[in-house]
Amino acid sequence: MTDAAVHVPVVADHGHATSTGISNAKLAMWVYLGSDCLLFGSLISTYLLLRHRGVQGPTPTEVFDIPFTSVSSFVLLMSSLTMALAVASIVRGDVHRNRIWLGTTAMLGAVFIGGQVYEFTTFYREGLGYTTSIFGSAFYTLTGFHGIHVSIGIVMLMSLLVMSLRGNLGPERAETVEIIGLYWHFVDIVWIVIFTIVYLIP
Amino acid sequence: MTTTTEAPATEANESSDHAHEHPSDLLYVKVALFLAVLTALEVSTYFLNDASTTVLVLILFPMMIIKFVTVIMYFMHLKYDNPLFKRVFIFGLGLATVVFLITLTAFDFWSSEYLRFLR
Repeated sequence: MTDAAVHVPVVADHGHATSTGISNAKLAMWVYLGSDCLLFGSLISTYLLLRHRGVQGPTPTEVFDIPFTSVSSFVLLMSSLTMALAVASIVRGDVHRNRIWLGTTAMLGAVFIGGQVYEFTTFYREGLGYTTSIFGSAFYTLTGFHGIHVSIGIVMLMSLLVMSLRGNLGPERAETVEIIGLYWHFVDIVWIVIFTIVYLIP
Repeated sequence: MTTTTEAPATEANESSDHAHEHPSDLLYVKVALFLAVLTALEVSTYFLNDASTTVLVLILFPMMIIKFVTVIMYFMHLKYDNPLFKRVFIFGLGLATVVFLITLTAFDFWSSEYLRFLR
């Protein structure tokens, strides 16, 4: 797949040198994402340890709607594609397409969050509250934290869109879009793990 | 934002060309299609009513790891970007994996809770 890569010159935002020869802001985002692995690792481990403990309330297999969650997962996965296209377009200097892809990514993220709100509401109506059982607490904490991450991502994408509409997001700020893109892809890979471990493995 | 203009000739700087390489839009679409097919295969296991947890783990974990790595390498550009980013992220990911595998072991996850559901 390497032959499909194209060489695109990156335009420096402020253009001053760093000791590592790479962008400090981008490195900081990768450090943050590495540390966020620990947060989600702890939440996933807690869920695995607690999900079958306790006898009160509905069990995972009783409440999960796999076809519905599969559609939500697919929507989030496709938002990674639109985010990658948003980064590619701003690197090329195509501001118009960048706005379209940023808006589409934010919209797909909002659809995912809407699905999660619907899912939580349905589970609650079926008797699974946050304190109903230890499974409920672990499940809502894990997926809720992920939902908060997605929501923060949507806010950042909308901020980029507003910056772009005000004419403050040109090719010289491509790295800003790329860094927010890294965050967005991270919430996608976390969901890849959650979807398999929490939903698909009973 | 800070980017390189006069960085010293370090390993990071030598590979700075990688940091400037971006896959084409067509490649992104191909990667997304590949991920969509894998997701469809994952979801299809839901309809394997008689499959044990062991079988599901053996089928789903490799697919999950392939999807995870594909997104990181292509959408997050780690395949093309500076190796330092890869090292930083793998350190965090590896640390999280080791710490929480130890935690699960300490809480007797493998011998009781997990194995009970394998039977």
